[in-house]
Amino acid sequence: MAEYVLETRNLGISFGGLKAAQDVNLKIKKNEIYGLIGPNGAGKTTVFNMLTGVYKPTTGTFLLDGEELKGFSQEKINHKGIARTFQNIRLFNNMTVVRNVMVGLHNLPEYKCSLMESLFRLPRHFEVERTMRERAKELLEIFGLIDVRNHLAYNLPYGKQRKLEIARALATGPKLLLLDEPAAGMNPQETAELMDTIRFVRDNFDMTILLIEHDMSLVTGICDNVTVLNFGTTLAEGSVEEALSNPDVIKAYLGD
Amino acid sequence: MASFMNKLSKIKWNHYVNYAAVAIVAIVFSAMTFAGGLPQSTLFLLEKTTMNIVLAVSLSLVVGFLGELSLGHAGFMCVGAYIGGKTACLLDGAIDGKGILSFIISLAVGALVAGVFGFIIGLPALRLKGDYLAIVTLAFGEIVKTVFENSSKESFGGPIGLRTPRFDKQYLFIIGFILVLLTMFIIQNLIRSKHGRAITAIRDNEIAARATGINVTKYKLVGFIISSSLAGVAGVFYSFANSTVKAAVFDYNYSIEILIMVVLGGMGNISGAIVSATVITYINTQLQTLLTGDLAVLKDIIYALILVVIIIYNNAPSLKFFREKYNMKALVSKIFKFVGKPSAGKDDESAWHRVPTKIEMNEILSTDLKVVESTLEPDKEDKG
Amino acid sequence: MDFIVTLVNGLSLGGIYAMIALGYTMVYGIAKMLNFAHGDVIMVGGYTVLVFLAVNPVLAIVMSVIFCLLLGIVIEKVAYKPLRGASPLAVLITAIGVSYLLQSLALIIFGAAPEFVIIANLGTLDLGPISIKYSTIITLVATVIVMTVLSLFVKYSKIGRAMVAVSEDRDAARLMGININMIITITFAIGSALAALAGVCSLLNVPTITPTYGAMPGIKAFTAAVIGGIGSIPGAMVGGILLGIVECLCKAVPEIAPYTIAIEFAILIVILLVKPTGILGKKRREKV
Repeated sequence: MAEYVLETRNLGISFGGLKAAQDVNLKIKKNEIYGLIGPNGAGKTTVFNMLTGVYKPTTGTFLLDGEELKGFSQEKINHKGIARTFQNIRLFNNMTVVRNVMVGLHNLPEYKCSLMESLFRLPRHFEVERTMRERAKELLEIFGLIDVRNHLAYNLPYGKQRKLEIARALATGPKLLLLDEPAAGMNPQETAELMDTIRFVRDNFDMTILLIEHDMSLVTGICDNVTVLNFGTTLAEGSVEEALSNPDVIKAYLGD
Repeated sequence: MASFMNKLSKIKWNHYVNYAAVAIVAIVFSAMTFAGGLPQSTLFLLEKTTMNIVLAVSLSLVVGFLGELSLGHAGFMCVGAYIGGKTACLLDGAIDGKGILSFIISLAVGALVAGVFGFIIGLPALRLKGDYLAIVTLAFGEIVKTVFENSSKESFGGPIGLRTPRFDKQYLFIIGFILVLLTMFIIQNLIRSKHGRAITAIRDNEIAARATGINVTKYKLVGFIISSSLAGVAGVFYSFANSTVKAAVFDYNYSIEILIMVVLGGMGNISGAIVSATVITYINTQLQTLLTGDLAVLKDIIYALILVVIIIYNNAPSLKFFREKYNMKALVSKIFKFVGKPSAGKDDESAWHRVPTKIEMNEILSTDLKVVESTLEPDKEDKG
Repeated sequence: MDFIVTLVNGLSLGGIYAMIALGYTMVYGIAKMLNFAHGDVIMVGGYTVLVFLAVNPVLAIVMSVIFCLLLGIVIEKVAYKPLRGASPLAVLITAIGVSYLLQSLALIIFGAAPEFVIIANLGTLDLGPISIKYSTIITLVATVIVMTVLSLFVKYSKIGRAMVAVSEDRDAARLMGININMIITITFAIGSALAALAGVCSLLNVPTITPTYGAMPGIKAFTAAVIGGIGSIPGAMVGGILLGIVECLCKAVPEIAPYTIAIEFAILIVILLVKPTGILGKKRREKV
């Protein structure tokens, strides 16, 4: 067992000479809720995209549980144990809620079922379908989505769509969950609910969470540690109070 | 006994409604053949209809469920027709070329080769989307057509076409219906499995599907291969129904006609595709036989007008209100009011039989170019 | 020497393709749709020439351009405008329907037999070892003029710049007070007029016409537009010329002449695999 669930070493990327992120060093311990904050355009989502294989880092590397994952494809990284949500919600809109979660369960070994087994309707197919559905319903129960399980994802209200995205990410059985602005567009009450959900996920799923957030009430409320990015570089890191009282951080947020 | 009844009640009967419908139609027509024989024109219509249903249902997998636009479906059919026909010719010397055994072997070979082409055309689909993939598939169909058209006389008959042994005309349509059932079996079982769910997930949001761990490469290829093999099956059937296989038949107009069947049937709706393939084939043949002589020229214009009117009626945003008021569903529910409420409330069983919903069509033909993310190259890696 | 003649012929054919491709690419850029009926506008233009040829060749050409221009507007208003905001696939199918409609109308009016449309009897220009048909030269000149005028129009006129704005970002353009519907109509009008010109030029070279006259050039021009990068005006020019030259070179070699279409489409596939957005196409990416 490695000391950190996620460790990035001088992670950086540049597009056409523009350094979107450089020398990002995150060290996230097990069961930690870690915040990645910074002004708009600081490169937070870029870091997420590198960690999930959307972009290949130009420099540095990152390790999940001590295993280097740099250069893997997006699906491979997901199989290795990093799952994410998106800033602009990306659900399978024309599918029902329960099926969205079932897609998340697709690659777990306990639901393995070959194409031929499905095509010829062997017993394995029915067994897998049944167990997958049961598991998906359990997850939906936890997230309070069980009543809307047969609705199309597209028709859900915003807050529930966010929850569904988290449920789907969790269904893939990750070690590390990346949440990209989970509270965006939520009112204070919904945010409070979301904080409970995130804590719940950490405690009940034995999860480590890295999140990007602008809503400082959420960050101060649940994050154990944070890293502040600005223009792709690290401004400060450490506990929330420490980081937010750092003069550089105040300058970056409020200007001179 | 009780457990047996319990099992029976668990079967999702509504899954099998369309199989039953097709089978009943097949049995009725078979009975009529055995009783007194059907007129040539009806036999011809049945062959054509079953062939088009196989094509439409198989294309529906790529367009409706995988969400990729293909304008080259006739190209795969062309491959199947030529390869299957040639196999039958070669078998004619060895075993009886008109027999069922020869047909099955040809079918397997034709489907296999068409599937290989499906794999080849699936490769660009990993990189291209929407309109770009559409033109590539169209180009593929035309290439196949040209190559067979210019083949040597000995190999595939060249411009005059490949002469193939013909199957017993009287009963060929029964095989057509069997092929329809086979196609439905493969496509519906695929769609109603975890693999089908993965395919529809790719359609709905490719980026999210990747992030959720779906092997996009694999499933796109699976979709293309299965769809093209089945088009190959339709091609082999064509070669057995006709004494010559001519490449000119399989031009892009045919591909487009199949696409129209899929679109009018409702994207991602297999029963719809079956119905619309039947109706379109029927209208086309009827127009051909009704409008003879001077009126023959009217056939295309009527067909075109029907097409434009239906599409505008179904899709024009300004007609939305009108549509919602007067549609088939409302009509049906009015007639069958006494049946009671739809069984939506019960459990997810009811939702489960509904094959993944109708799709927002603009997610297929992207208004904006969607370059697949992996084609975006960040700067080269610094060494050291 | 034969090579040079082939090359010039290729350039001229490419010019025709480019003119048609411009219609595809402009409509794609602005209305975001594949106008499958575009090829058939060429055919309508050709028949218009046939009708008015008895009166006067020049009048015939002018009438052809005007008639196609109006036809473009009518098609847009009747068939495509009701579908604005509907799914692009629905629009595509409608375009195919319009294409069938035009073809079958031509079939009813003019019959399936080919008609001869000899606009003018042009000779050949003899330059010692090289002889080039005047029709080829006229086509080339016409292409150059059309391209130049169109480029200047798009770059400097108010409408042209509005077109660019609409193709870049329709919503932003609307907020800037640009009348989107008008711009789309104008685009269809220009595209159709260009198609008519292309039809006239190709009739100068091959003077027969049938109801399906426009189908193949239409598909080829569409291919050219995609090769060049659909939505890009210079791309359509580059793609058209490239395709024309390839076609003439292939046809010059008897062994591979029958495979010309296959080779052209193969080039398309290869180019798209190497550069998924065509030679001059812009890369747009979806933000994650």
